[in-house]
Amino acid sequence: MLRRYIIRRSVAALITLFGVSVLIFFLARVMPGDPAMIALGETATLEQVAAYRERLGLNEPVLVQYLVYIESVIHGDLGDSLYTRETVLDDLARTFPATLELILFSTVLMISIGIPLGVLAGRFRDGFIDNFTRVFSLIGVVTPSFVWALFLLLVFAFHLNVLPTMGRLSEGVEPPAFVTGLYLVDSIVAGDWATFRDASAHIVMPGTALAMASIGQTTRMTRANVGESFDKTYIEFARAYGFNEIRTAAVYALRPALIPVLTIMGLDIAIKFGSAFLVETVFSWPGMARYGVRVILFKDLNAIVGTVTIIGFFFIVINLIVDIVVSFIDPRIRLGAQTQ
Amino acid sequence: MSEGSLIEVEDLHVRFDLFEGLSHVLKGVGITIRNGERIGLVGESGCGKSLLARCILGLLEQRNVRIEGAIRYHGRDLFAMRGSEWRDLRGRRITMIFQDPTTALNPVFTIADQMVEVIQRGGNRKRKREEALDIAREALRRVFIDDPDRVLRSYPFQLSGGMAQRVIITMALANDPELVLADEPGTSLDVTVQEQTLRLMATLTQEAGAAVLLIAHNLGVVREFCERLYVMYGGTIVEEGSVEEIFNEPLHPYTQALFGAVPRLWGGDLPKAIEGMVPDYTQAPEGCRFHPRCPHAKPECKSAPPWVELGKGRGVRCVLFEDAARPVAHA
Repeated sequence: MLRRYIIRRSVAALITLFGVSVLIFFLARVMPGDPAMIALGETATLEQVAAYRERLGLNEPVLVQYLVYIESVIHGDLGDSLYTRETVLDDLARTFPATLELILFSTVLMISIGIPLGVLAGRFRDGFIDNFTRVFSLIGVVTPSFVWALFLLLVFAFHLNVLPTMGRLSEGVEPPAFVTGLYLVDSIVAGDWATFRDASAHIVMPGTALAMASIGQTTRMTRANVGESFDKTYIEFARAYGFNEIRTAAVYALRPALIPVLTIMGLDIAIKFGSAFLVETVFSWPGMARYGVRVILFKDLNAIVGTVTIIGFFFIVINLIVDIVVSFIDPRIRLGAQTQ
Repeated sequence: MSEGSLIEVEDLHVRFDLFEGLSHVLKGVGITIRNGERIGLVGESGCGKSLLARCILGLLEQRNVRIEGAIRYHGRDLFAMRGSEWRDLRGRRITMIFQDPTTALNPVFTIADQMVEVIQRGGNRKRKREEALDIAREALRRVFIDDPDRVLRSYPFQLSGGMAQRVIITMALANDPELVLADEPGTSLDVTVQEQTLRLMATLTQEAGAAVLLIAHNLGVVREFCERLYVMYGGTIVEEGSVEEIFNEPLHPYTQALFGAVPRLWGGDLPKAIEGMVPDYTQAPEGCRFHPRCPHAKPECKSAPPWVELGKGRGVRCVLFEDAARPVAHA
């Protein structure tokens, strides 16, 4: 049953992804600005620009351009980037893992801090923990990620001088052998603890800056839903039967409360791509969000389509994962689908 | 006090600190439950019956609640007990059957998970899951569930109300409790199912020798099932007696009114609703809380009415009976 559900969702995801790429392909071309002119710079002559446009195929009708593009995509070629002068595929392979690592790191923070805090606050509503949490999460939600980034830099790099300020690794440290592209994971796989420590030190600040808003959001959502759970009869039942307090809060109250929280978390993870641009810029993180914004400003058509499609793909995957997890947690969804 | 008393509630006051003011809900409640006794607790909605049950279990934990008085379990003051000791009684020595079985079960766990959680609390040592499941199966068969495995595999939303109620009864009795607090069991179910499950509960508790505090609206059920009765109004016990005594000769004007409000199949007049409403506890009437609705109200009713003992286990809280020798004035 579950497999059929996943297949059905995946097919739908592919169609969506195709739609996204078509849309962005045409949108990129109607944006103002001439890619050839931007690529060649201000000193280029009109003839040079015209020749370059011809070479890029920009004088063809858009539909023809699209068919040409699709043909090369089918052959595994996403075209060349005008900005980096490398293939888009290489660019994405280099920058995507960096951003993914940042986002996964901040997602781990979001889950491991946001949910326990929310449960505590929901359990002890209006108590000290709750009041503290409310202020903490509100500050988290309303403060933009780049402000957190600057704040963290100021405290931990400038005043305390304990964390590095830029990049994924210190100079002279070799990246671990490629397995996933995530340095934290790859260095563990390689058993290289020095690199792991260095990579950890580099990701703490950007990861935290990126995580703060979503930690706040997750805490608030969890608190609200767990709090609501605690008003339900089944929690009174659990208490009337003397169930362990911690189990009651962390399992009995949390599990039914988790469904809306998960949905919001899925959206939050997707939003991180947007916030990642600023964080990556502040910390010189060689990631895709920064790359994406640069290629848009550069009107680098192939790179734009490639980047947006990857982000779309990631977004869809996150949502699919959330839906599957929710269906595991909520038997009404899982079994309700079965009876149809 | 008396021999074999399981629970004694003495002069219990519960106040809630609300925005509107101090809400004095339970006002000097006293009841005694002896081992194996089946006691009914009747009264209108909002008179504090469920609250009393929750006090006995120690479920009132809001920060704005103030509790005074004493609840003794086998002579030991529950309020003086450590929290963990009191919790140890819950689900083992004292259990509760809730009004609506479908909301009392957690929607995202299987019946097996939830029953195991309860059954593992019983016994002298923590039971293994398999062991607990065996006990659960056996217990479910006793409530006439033929296919316990199917029920155990189910989630609450896959069970009918009656089935869920049986599961709850099974859970309430699984660890051989001394006292079952039944808070209007099955009121949310349809009448025939309610009847069935009540009978089931009656038989099983009797077999197990557990005492029952049955909170009910349905006086017929109480009459059939209980031995003794407490009538509650406005957070106080207004009358106490054996079921026959109270049904044959209700003394307190409230009890009379309550019985008068019961529809009958044949004979007699149409049921008469009691005029007025249960009091707002932030501004409860002085003295007898029933006097604004009472047909026999006198000026004295504005001061606290006395508890008039009328023999063993028989009493009424009303000025009309201060001179207990006087024959009862019927309305």
